[in-house]
Amino acid sequence: MVQTDLIKDPHVLTGKLHWGVIPFHDPVVMPVMIAAILGGLFVVGFVTYKKLWGYLWDEWFTSVDHKKIGIMYCIVALIMLLRGFSDAILMRTHQALSTADEFGAGYLPPEHYDQIFTAHGVIMIFFVATPLMVGIMNVVMPLQIGARDVAFPFLNSLSFYLFLVGALLVNISLFVGEFAAVGWLAYTPLSGIDYSPGVGVDYWIWALQISGLGTTLTAVNFVATILKMRAPGMTLMKMPVFTWTTFCANGIALVIFPILTIAIAQLTLDRYFDFNFFTNDDGGNQMMWVNLIWAWGHPEVYFLVLPAFGMISEVTATFSRKRLFGYTSLVWATIVIMILSFLVWLHHFFTMGSGASVNAFFGIMTMIIGIPTGVKLYNWIFTMYKGRVELTASMWWVIAMLITFTIGGMTGVMLSIPANDFVLHNSMFVPAHFHNVIIGGAVYGYFAGFTYWFPKATGAKLNETLGKWSVALWFFGYFFAWLPLYYTGFDGMTRRLQYIDNPEWQMSMYIALIGVAMIAAGIGTQVVNIAWSLYKRNEPGYKDVTGDPWDGHTLEWFTASPPQFYNFGEEIQVSDRDPLLDMKQKGTAYKRPSKYGRIHMPKNTWAGPVLGMLTLPFGFGFVWHIWWMVFASLAAIIACWIKYNFERDKDYYVEVPEVERIEGEFLKSNEGREFYFEKHAKHYKKWNPSKENDSSVVAK
Amino acid sequence: MTALTNDHDTHDHDDHHHHEAEAADRYMFGFWLYVISDCLLFCTLFATYAVMSQNFAGGITPHELFDLNFVAVETALLLLSSFTFGMAMLGANEENMGRMKLWLKITALLGLGFLAMEIYEFVHFSHEGATPQTSGYWTAFYSLVATHGLHVTVGLVWMAILFVHFNRDGFSHENKIRLACLSLFWHFLDIIWICVFSFVYLRGAM
Repeated sequence: MVQTDLIKDPHVLTGKLHWGVIPFHDPVVMPVMIAAILGGLFVVGFVTYKKLWGYLWDEWFTSVDHKKIGIMYCIVALIMLLRGFSDAILMRTHQALSTADEFGAGYLPPEHYDQIFTAHGVIMIFFVATPLMVGIMNVVMPLQIGARDVAFPFLNSLSFYLFLVGALLVNISLFVGEFAAVGWLAYTPLSGIDYSPGVGVDYWIWALQISGLGTTLTAVNFVATILKMRAPGMTLMKMPVFTWTTFCANGIALVIFPILTIAIAQLTLDRYFDFNFFTNDDGGNQMMWVNLIWAWGHPEVYFLVLPAFGMISEVTATFSRKRLFGYTSLVWATIVIMILSFLVWLHHFFTMGSGASVNAFFGIMTMIIGIPTGVKLYNWIFTMYKGRVELTASMWWVIAMLITFTIGGMTGVMLSIPANDFVLHNSMFVPAHFHNVIIGGAVYGYFAGFTYWFPKATGAKLNETLGKWSVALWFFGYFFAWLPLYYTGFDGMTRRLQYIDNPEWQMSMYIALIGVAMIAAGIGTQVVNIAWSLYKRNEPGYKDVTGDPWDGHTLEWFTASPPQFYNFGEEIQVSDRDPLLDMKQKGTAYKRPSKYGRIHMPKNTWAGPVLGMLTLPFGFGFVWHIWWMVFASLAAIIACWIKYNFERDKDYYVEVPEVERIEGEFLKSNEGREFYFEKHAKHYKKWNPSKENDSSVVAK
Repeated sequence: MTALTNDHDTHDHDDHHHHEAEAADRYMFGFWLYVISDCLLFCTLFATYAVMSQNFAGGITPHELFDLNFVAVETALLLLSSFTFGMAMLGANEENMGRMKLWLKITALLGLGFLAMEIYEFVHFSHEGATPQTSGYWTAFYSLVATHGLHVTVGLVWMAILFVHFNRDGFSHENKIRLACLSLFWHFLDIIWICVFSFVYLRGAM
């Protein structure tokens, strides 16, 4: 592979860069690189030919509109999903081949295979799951609470670009130099300069540090948005569950991402300046890294999964045509998970040898955190009970989630017993477990939410048949891919094996390969579905005319699809947990308010994209020890920050006639609708008691 | 923390005051959230310092180097600067530009004095053979204390920028929020320093 550690003495202008760092002779990377360059040139050429740069810059890149930023997050996440999944295909095919006699040791050399499993983990967690979730939160959460935008629209834009730079750095590492070959959490001392002298770990460091900063800013932004910008009348216990889970998830992020920032900064100091945090000698402590990274890493898992729980709740309630069962218990379960998530990190390394009492404590805490999670499962099941369940594609995702996630949770309880863990630690059983909960819990939840809110963001519904096919392919594909690996893990197969010398596992590897092919077909179906549905977006069956295609319960359906740029024409008075259902039942939904007011909106700004993208040369310079580039981009960042700080005129008003015109068109599209609860009045009356209503507040 | 509402003379005053009050509330709250995350940053540094507190690797120990008298003066400078910032805030509340600026200048001078002493101390320690590379202990010491120092530096730069803002717009709505945020930041750094003083210097000197 590429030898990036050969240059001990960085050049003044080019640092450690030289032609040898580009993998010209790699039969896997080179075709990808050529395709990426050609594809990139085609896109640039197309945009230039169609003269779209101005449009993109004005309407998208500089936008501070939470809905557009959310869509941009989702687009990057889906592209990165393809990249991360290619790594999965490479790993599965390699392991399958490496057990077969006629092929010998597979086709990937160890240092390449190690980079692939590292990149797969990093990409899937940081650049697929996180942005897909943040993207959906961005689109939906401000709408659910009846706000015009997030609390700090500029910071929102900046967060997106910081995340984008992280994703770009990971992708650049594929073509220039190498990526880390140390596992996704870069355990020390392996990730230290003595054992990983190349630039791979430095790419890891700067990709995560920069995108992590973006996540911290997002957390500040969303917590402030939820606590300060809810529509009047929406008390905390009247917030939609998705907003609650968004709130708790970002509360977690606010507290844990500083730990990641410090841990990575310490590794940086070790690698660049010979500090001794995690070194073997001079008083370093490697287990401190493992503790820090998991003190961040375990709450991070709940940061990812809580919003998925929220999405599942919204979808289940809407398509069961009932109010959510046990709202209060679901909210408290979310809060309890948030708190307990900080008390389980040591179960990732029971084998460290902290002694029986410490291991017992963390084992028990890990079992306890399963309880509130179980509460939620019952909430969803009882919501469906006696509901008029509509089996739409998003509901299929929910059911796939309920089954898969429950099994994953149970294998998690198996691992939480320290004595069991000593046997299973570092075996294939562990990846099988966490894929079971991350795919089964978080990813299926996101896809349920993605399918559910896709019409809100784009104005078009996804194709139901294709959607159901992708659920089926993912669902069965998952079990084909991972049940055999549970078995091999039990049988003693360790994780991250580049070479497998046990012929008994050959059949397992082949079955897993079938599974990964099915998931690939599932992802392919999703890509086709998105493209097809957008292509058909103006046709009946796809076009969302009313802005409320599912007859929803919450405020995001009380605006057009895609929503007006100011979200809502009026200030909404909330008096119920399901505000829109409440308005529909009272007959006040989609009616012209007595008068419209002027709307105060933030202006687009250059500062998000410019400031954010300047961290790219900053990180790249650090990776390759190009110090002039580091200092120049740092100076530019500070200068741009100060310039933006002194700018005036950052907002404007939308005047009343303009609001009246847009709102008039929207209300017209909702004239004469018959709502679901009217068609099935009997069912609604029985199963949707509005017991939370305080009639004294309702009167207005 | 800069995208603030701006004055538009043409707009009716109700709207305007509503947005101002709402924005002030939102920005202060957002800044508190930032302070929480910064606090966690320091918590992590303190935790790693505690883990490394005996990892001298046979090298020089803090007991041999720390001079509590020196640190006492350093601490006094920073604590005093918190007091003077409070005086500046009193001046700002009365919209008395002269008083506000005078106390802010004194604050900045005290902050600079603190930084100068810290840098002197670092240079002195290095000459005595205690660099960040010496041992796990000194690695943790320098990163914790220097992170605080870096925050003080950012606070000073921010103060300089605020001077320009006040020269340009006086006691505008935005400038008041900016000053209040900086004040919060400055007092927060004081509290962190009290922890540094207690856990690092007092404990290390004993």
